[in-house]
Amino acid sequence: MSQKSPADIAAGCIRCGFCLDACPTFKLTANEAESPRGRIYLMRHLLDGGRAMDAAALAHLDNCLGCRACEAVCPSGVRYGSLIEGFRARIEEEGLRPAAEVGARGMLLDTLTDRSRLGASLTGLSMVAGILRKAPAMPGLFARLLTGGQSDEAAVPLSGTGRSGGRLPAFTPAVGKARRTVCLLDGCVMSVLFAEVNRVTAELLSRCGCNVVCPRSAGCCGALDAHAGRRERARERARALIDALEGADYDALVTNSAGCGSTLREYGELLADDDRYAARAAALATRTRDISEYLVDLGVEPPTGRLDVTVAYHDACHLAHAQRVTSPPRALLRSIPGLKLVPLAESDLCCGSAGTYNVTHPETATALLDRKVANIIASGAPVVAAGNPGCIAWMREGLARAGSTIRVAHTVELLAEAYRRGASPYGKA
Amino acid sequence: MLRADQVLTDPVEMLAYECDAYTIHKGRPDVVVHPESTEQCAAVVRLCARMGVPFTPRGTGTGLSGGATPLCGGVVISIMRMNRVLSVSPADLRLRAQAGCINSTITRAAAPYGLHYAPDPSSQTACTVGGNVAENASGPHTLKYGVTANHVSGLTVALPDGSVVELGSDADEPCGYDLVGLCVGSEGTLGIVTEVTVRLTPNPRQVRTLLAVFGSVDDASRTVSRIIALGIVPCALEMMDSIIINALEDAFAMGFPRDAQALLLVELDGLGPGLDAETAAVRDLCSEHNARSVSAAASEEERARLWFARKQGVGVLGRVAPNKVTQDGLIPRSRLPEVLARIRAIAERHSVRLCNIFHAGDGNLHPCVIFDERDPDELRRVLAANEEILRLCVEVGGSITGEHGVGVEKRDAMPLMFSEADLAAMRRVKAAFDPAGLCNPGKIVPEPSAEAVPA
Ligand SMILES: Cc1cc2nc3c(=O)[nH]c(=O)nc-3n(C[C@H](O)[C@H](O)[C@H](O)COP(=O)(O)OP(=O)(O)OC[C@H]3O[C@@H](n4cnc5c(N)ncnc54)[C@H](O)[C@@H]3O)c2cc1C
Ligand code: SF4
Ligand code: SF4
Repeated sequence: MSQKSPADIAAGCIRCGFCLDACPTFKLTANEAESPRGRIYLMRHLLDGGRAMDAAALAHLDNCLGCRACEAVCPSGVRYGSLIEGFRARIEEEGLRPAAEVGARGMLLDTLTDRSRLGASLTGLSMVAGILRKAPAMPGLFARLLTGGQSDEAAVPLSGTGRSGGRLPAFTPAVGKARRTVCLLDGCVMSVLFAEVNRVTAELLSRCGCNVVCPRSAGCCGALDAHAGRRERARERARALIDALEGADYDALVTNSAGCGSTLREYGELLADDDRYAARAAALATRTRDISEYLVDLGVEPPTGRLDVTVAYHDACHLAHAQRVTSPPRALLRSIPGLKLVPLAESDLCCGSAGTYNVTHPETATALLDRKVANIIASGAPVVAAGNPGCIAWMREGLARAGSTIRVAHTVELLAEAYRRGASPYGKA
Repeated sequence: MLRADQVLTDPVEMLAYECDAYTIHKGRPDVVVHPESTEQCAAVVRLCARMGVPFTPRGTGTGLSGGATPLCGGVVISIMRMNRVLSVSPADLRLRAQAGCINSTITRAAAPYGLHYAPDPSSQTACTVGGNVAENASGPHTLKYGVTANHVSGLTVALPDGSVVELGSDADEPCGYDLVGLCVGSEGTLGIVTEVTVRLTPNPRQVRTLLAVFGSVDDASRTVSRIIALGIVPCALEMMDSIIINALEDAFAMGFPRDAQALLLVELDGLGPGLDAETAAVRDLCSEHNARSVSAAASEEERARLWFARKQGVGVLGRVAPNKVTQDGLIPRSRLPEVLARIRAIAERHSVRLCNIFHAGDGNLHPCVIFDERDPDELRRVLAANEEILRLCVEVGGSITGEHGVGVEKRDAMPLMFSEADLAAMRRVKAAFDPAGLCNPGKIVPEPSAEAVPA
């Protein structure tokens, strides 16, 4: 794992401009200060000491969604994600942010990354959001998130979102002979809000011949903290997770949350300077797989149950850009008999959810959501699939507000439904 | 005239506009505006004219000669919010777009009709058609199909006095002065292009894409000279050297042999037997010149992958060194082997690191010097080597720019190619359009008043 300093990463930008048209904030504003190249140039000047941080500079850096679309198209290999995360950590560490905002951001993150608090704190959360937001009205998102999302009246029976909450069993045996053992993280937000997605992920893995272990002590991976610049907190969480998985015997660490997957894959870097953890962090990172990739690599039998439905696929940023996983989810969807996959315009343009961005920057987040919703509606598909809980919740919110009945499902939910409908066994034992 | 969100003035924002992809000269604007229509654009220009404020048009800022850098400050007129395709007329092979439309968006809009927009600069996923017009941009496939000038039939331009004119016509034989021709390649110094009508080209019916691997740059460049001398016109003929090959390998694991000294990417199009014969001839020429291997792309995916490598080939240099200057000289193709050898010698003499990735077929060299601008001594050597390379291009009967424009980068090298009388004629053309000298000042023609301070 190369350990480049922020200055070195920034120096890798040759200002070619290839990233501009990929960047959501540039697309919305056409302002180069709101482009990856502009932000890198600004960071370069801040690092050189040529310019001091001020409110305007901070705002341009904060406005970045961290979607990493720029990184995916950069010919020069500028690792923008590391750069901005490192820079955000510096902003927090050097106290460059107004105190009230620091407190509010902290509360928001703590709540989102703690299962028990998240389950109980709708009121607290809306207060926090109120402090961070400039606009007065609270989006219905959190209310909806916490009360179980939209109801399931559409034609295709999809599993509901976790009204029940709760965690997975510590061990789910493979159906038939076990081919692999995988560790499934039933993380923070996921276990409260998307327990059902976790359940079907485990079910799929088990049906495909995997023993699924879910260590009880495994908590939040630290993704939201890392993305928001609370690096020390992220490192603590990473160490705790590594400890929790210590001794567990598994072939791969599988996640169904793109944001978590991308952070786990970067653990090596996050803990590179921690002698005690560096090696284990790197090892964990190399074993991390998104569920879609893992199933495709495993070579599972396609489902025999039919789902006669047209589906559009949304590329979650942390899956498509940070992990470069774009074809496996599509391949899985195409493997479902009867399912017709149609193109979604700007499928890899951020929907605006971006971790806690939709709470801290509601205007930009909503503008991106509106654009996503318009593209989804234009695709003509009654169902949209995606591989990240944040996107799913946010797009549901947007579609509901637009009065649309289009449904949003996790890719694995559709797949599991097709297997369930099939008469034959799920995979080869 | 404009809404508040169309005007930027914050110093932090101005920083982002102080250069384009050429970073040696800088100039910070005072204001950046984002007009959303031709009328708004003209209104901004009129205001600048009235107040005597310089203004500089800007697209994506992928330019490599500092064209969009506001050397004298003033107003940057960004065309990026005017980015729509306005109409497609497949039967007439025409498409009309706003100037801020991205090059590849045009080709995407034409694709359903089996058509494309031929000028395909490597930066096509980012750069605007307005910027292409201003720079008379070319790309690998312009070897056979011609540069931007050959594919633009009409322009809407806000002239430096703020009046709006429609130049050109849809007829293939225009009458009167060819003002479209004059505007194409004028680097934003004669006005602001707000809308463009381009010609569309039918997709080729059959294409063969060859990759030839060479153990020496010399062998590869002799091959190029021979292909051209024999009268074969590939639709593209591109060369990459070993630094590029290795950077591409590091970045994308393309599967190119790391010990190769040069790759030639040759694309031929045409029909049936004629195409097969030309392909065979090119293969033979490569082998005669000691090519280690010659392979053909077996599928459209493979072809796309080869072109992907070529188009990422310049950008990929950021992995090798923090800064690069991409030179852009044009030379007679018969002298390619000799010129490449002499450029190598220049680089050695100045101890600078240099690599080559370029449109070999039309003799458009892009020696890239890679360096770290934080080392002032290295920067000095880079500039010295650059100048020598330009002199060499002129000496062998070529030009100081193939496609990236003069901008500020090569302004002071213009006397290498043009007499004082030539330059005076250019100044008179400029003065006819822009008597006050407010439209993108300090570019193309050296003027005593222009002040460009190397950063
Ligand atoms: C990695 C890389 C590869 C490249 N490869 C190629 C290549 O293969 N071939 C090639 O030709 N170029 C290439 N370029 C150069 C560059 O992309 C082209 O010159 C392109 O045409 C610039 O378009 P732009 O929108 O970025 O314009 P900008 O850089 O913003 O502006 C370029 C010039 O055009 C003027 N201008 C911009 N818009 C307007 C307008 N609407 N009206 C009037 N003037 C305007 C500006 O004032 C400036 O002088 C490459 C650049 C990079 C970074
Ligand atoms: S694509 Fe990469 S090198 Fe080019 S401007 Fe963006 S960050 Fe810089
Ligand atoms: S991470 Fe996303 S929002 Fe941030 S600069 Fe890159 S493309 Fe733009």
